Formats: sequence, structure tokens, C-alpha cells
Amino acid sequence: MAKILIPTPLRPYTDKQDAVDAAGATVGELLADLTRKHSGLKAHLYNDQGKLRSFVNVYVNDEDIRYLQKEQTPVNASDTISIIPSVAGGVEVGVAEPAASLPELTNEEIKRYSRHLIMPEVGIDAQRKLKAAKVLCIGAGGLGSPAAMYLAAAGVGTLGIVDFDTVDFSNLQRQILHGTPDVGRSKLASAKDRLNALNPNVKVETYETALTSQNALELFKPYDVILDGTDNFPTRYLVNDACVLLGKPNAYGSIFRFEGQASVFGAKDGPCYRCLYPEPPPPGLVPSCAEGGVLGVLPGIVGVIQATEAIKLIIGIGEPLIGRFLIFDALRMKFRELKLRKDPDCPVCGTHPTVTKLIDYEQFCGVVPSAPEPVAVNNATEITSVELKQRLDRGDRLKIVDVREPNEYQINKIAGSVLIPLGDVPKRYNELDPDEEIVVQCKMGGRSAKAADFLRSVGYKRVLNLKGGILDWIDKVDPTQPKY
Amino acid sequence: MSSRLTISAAVDAAIRAHGRETYPHECCGALIGRDGSVTDVVALPNTTEEGPRRRFLVRPSDYRQAESRASELGAELLGFYHSHPDHPARPSQYDLDHAWPTFAYIIVAVAGDGSPRQSADRGTSPGATAGAMTVWYLKDDRSSFEEGSLHHGENSHPDTAQAVHG
Repeated sequence: MAKILIPTPLRPYTDKQDAVDAAGATVGELLADLTRKHSGLKAHLYNDQGKLRSFVNVYVNDEDIRYLQKEQTPVNASDTISIIPSVAGGVEVGVAEPAASLPELTNEEIKRYSRHLIMPEVGIDAQRKLKAAKVLCIGAGGLGSPAAMYLAAAGVGTLGIVDFDTVDFSNLQRQILHGTPDVGRSKLASAKDRLNALNPNVKVETYETALTSQNALELFKPYDVILDGTDNFPTRYLVNDACVLLGKPNAYGSIFRFEGQASVFGAKDGPCYRCLYPEPPPPGLVPSCAEGGVLGVLPGIVGVIQATEAIKLIIGIGEPLIGRFLIFDALRMKFRELKLRKDPDCPVCGTHPTVTKLIDYEQFCGVVPSAPEPVAVNNATEITSVELKQRLDRGDRLKIVDVREPNEYQINKIAGSVLIPLGDVPKRYNELDPDEEIVVQCKMGGRSAKAADFLRSVGYKRVLNLKGGILDWIDKVDPTQPKY
Repeated sequence: MSSRLTISAAVDAAIRAHGRETYPHECCGALIGRDGSVTDVVALPNTTEEGPRRRFLVRPSDYRQAESRASELGAELLGFYHSHPDHPARPSQYDLDHAWPTFAYIIVAVAGDGSPRQSADRGTSPGATAGAMTVWYLKDDRSSFEEGSLHHGENSHPDTAQAVHG
């Protein structure tokens, strides 16, 4: 015999008693005795299969029986058993939607999505949710490509894509939305063709524009999930802030060389990108993929993680990557997970936000629009490819120093140049003759400008930077060499 | 079981405010009073792990708190309220599957108005407007909900209806 405490909503079935005595040696036996004496309780405590309903909690003294021996938990006369309701509800996936507001699936779609439909966690209603859903991909590049393709294949009804670039040969190693015949086409036109071919049921909306503080809120507004596939800090902060301001989740991913990152930012009680990185790194510190390279399959993995999160958010299953920061290392083939907390002092999603509208993100990230070239008078610091060619042809004595990495030097080079990678310049500059005129050169002119500054600082007087790097040299002087 | 529920203007306002505050997530709380008349609400944390935009869950410990708050006030726990963000104020199958008998379930529809909103304690969140409010009771055979009638009573003691953050 033990005492069972009855919660308010069940008291009408126990003649208004808030405590009832029942007999039995275990919780299961006690409850069976209780429902024998008060038969009206049965339907509310047990489901059709005779199992305790999930929202019925039974406590022995202060312990939930789920953590004891469930219904086999032994009880004695001095124990107090409490039935405590978990009160739950909500607009459940699919079923809760007024049927008319979710689009129906055609027979063709039912066949197409059948591997989704036979999983009870997904089913017809979740597939209709996907059909009703709108996801906006920022960028149709490395991350946007696999993400958009899997989202289209999965049946997301509307896919928006923001991009303003054209397809380049160097994109094809990873941006699988685009093929060799697409080189030179707009990425959006190429993406639209590819996605329509994959799944003509998907409405592809394209926005051929740079994402700016002026257009971001307007562009994001119609979408349910934003998928950030950007490759630069100003746009990343812009996407983050716009998502937080609009209350839209951001399926975030980024890639560099062999490492990828993913998370879901901007969910109501979850952290945002600024909780993790309140300030951008100094410009130039973190190289872009164009400078540092990226393993081609890496965006495939990370972009598909972003697409997975978008789908989970739409249909409301599983544990979203909110408050968790996933780091993937392709070389070690390891995933690590860091816990992220919402920062109460976060300038955009904290308790006293200082950023309440979109700002100038170029300025925030210290990226200043390139100023007009200073007019070189006597002490010229730069030389163009054409000038260099003329002077070499004239027989001028010039030392060409290539400051790229050895693997880049293997791809293309200016005949006669010597290789001293930028990182080695401080310890190897004395290999250079201070009286000789020096031309430093890299891929596009950025690294060599730093090398030139360094050489001047240690006393080299005649140092010229090759404007536009070897890419410009190939364009203007030596088109037989490959570009990368 | 009475299918008529009376709420004061302050209770009405507290539920709507809570729904706007947590939008786009669901809010939930307890209804306290007696004889089919709600005099107090207790705002409770939504502890669901299944996505608070679509679900709510009141923990057993919070349920206990709501019951003890009711007895402190010499009243009864009459039921619970929750919001349906961007959905109509009608119970879902999920609500039905998880419903308790005799309780009154108030549902308030809350719709986003597309504008960012600032609040002192929660930072920036999307602005929202509370719309229709309905009350529902589980049928004894658990087959469906029955809509009750929601009445707005005189708010004779405005100070008694306050959202207590749990």
C-alpha cells in the first residue's frame, strides 16, 4: 500500500481526492490498482498500447521513475508516488497546419520523394512543409553549390540565390553547380539551369546583386532559412546581423584549405556569429580561399551539413546545430564540436544591443574601397607587366623576385625570376644585391607589395612591385602560361 | 465541466504580451482561478527540446510550481495557455495527443509583423501582433477538443493578474 498524489486535472476521476491509496509492490502494480479503482483514469494515463503516455511523469518521492526502474520500480508503504503532468503542445509539423495552407504533393512528387515519405520522421506532412519552405542561399559558389543542389533534390519549394559573379575555370574544382560549358556565364543562369534540370518542381529565384546593408532585409524577408555561403567577413557579419534583426535562422558554413566550420546562428535563444566573434580579424590576417586555397571536396561536406540543418529546421526534427560549433578537419578526418553560448553582451543579439540596424560592414571589417592609384612621379614603386617586358627586352639588369609559395611557382613563373616565399624574405633578403634594381612579384600584387615595403625598410632603395602580379603578366605579355 | 471560461482584461493582456514577447517561439503559462474564472497567470519557461517555434513543454517542476502557486492564492490550477506563432488559434493534433482532461487550454495566435523589435531583457527580436484567442477542453474520450466560450469579465482587481516569470 502506498499513497499516490493526484494532479488537478485527474481529480474528477478520483472523486475529487488529491491523494489515493493503492496496493502493489512496484509502481506498475500501484498504477494498475489505481486504474482498477478509478477506471476513468486509464485513458489519460495509458496509450492504446497500454504504455504510460509520454507526458505522464511518475515520481517516487522526488525521483522520476524513468531514472529508477521505470514501472518495475519497487515501492513500500512509506513512499509517496506523484503523478505529475508535463504539459505540452504546439503547432505540430504538418498536422497542425490548416491543410489548405500547405501545398499538396502531385503523384510525380510522391514518387520522387518516396525515400523521404517512408520514414516516419518525415512523411507526407514534412514533405509538404519542405514544398512550402523558402531557403535563401547567399552565394552560388563552393558552399552554395552542394547546398542548393541537395535542397532542390529534397524538394524545398523555393530556392533563392544571391550572387553577381560569373563562372571561372578556377571555380570548377569545387562549385558543382557549374560545368565546363558554363565558364563565362553568370553563376545565377548556370545555377538555375542546373537546379531546374535536377528538380523542375523547385522555384528558383535569382538575385543578381551584391548583398548590401540596403537590400539585405528586403531580400531576406520572404525566406524561412538563410544559408550563408559567403567567403568574406563583411558579408558574413551582414548576413548574421540581418538574420538576428529579422529573427531568421542562419545555416552557417565556412571553409579554408582543409578545414570547415558549421553552425546555426540567429535562432531565438541561440547564439549568433557575433557571440563567437564580436570583432572581425584585421584585414588581410585571414587569407581567402583565392589566396590560401581550398580542398575541392571540402565545401561539398560543409555545404551539405548546412543543407541538412536547413531541412531539419524546416521540418522540425532532430537537434539543430544551435549553440554548437562544428569543426571539420579533412586531413585528420575528424569532427570536433564546441559549445557556444549566447553572449548577453553581444552587440546585436545581447540584452542591450548597440547594433539595431544594418551598418557599413566594409568599414566595420576595416576593408576600405581601393583608393585611386597615387600618381607615381620620380620615386615609382610599381611597374606594369608591359613596362617590365620592355625593360627586359632592352637588356636592363633587373632582379625578379617571386615571393609566392613553391607550389605556386611550379604552376607558372617569369623566366629568370628567383623564388623567395614572402615568409622567408626577412631571413633571406641578404641573398639580394642592394645595388641591383629589384622587381618583386606574386600572384596578384598583394604579397609582393608587403615584400617591397620590407625590402625598402631594410635599406633596399630600388624596389619595384609588379602591378597585378603574374596573372597580369600572363594576360598582357605571356598568354602561353596557365593561370590559377 | 464548465465549457465557459472568464478572463479579466489583465489576464487577457498578460497572455497576449507573453506571446508577443517570445515570438517567433511559443510561450506557455498556467491559468489560476476558480469556478471557471481566471484571476492569475503564471508565465512558465518553454523547455521543449524539439524546437520552440512549434512546440512547448512545461517541465514537471514548473507544473508543481504552478500548482503550489494556485494553492498559495487559495485558488485552483484551471489549465494552461500557449501561443501559436504564425498559426491559427486552433489546437493541433499534437496539442490533442498531449492534452489533460478538465484543463482549460487557451491558445493565442501571434503573427509576425516583419519588423525588428527591441526589448530591454531580450534584445532584438521580430515584432509581432497577438490575434485571436480561443479556449479548448479535451473530450473525456480523448477523441478531440471542444471549443469553450471565452468571456471577458470585469477586471475588479487589476493588481491580482500579473504575469509571474517562472
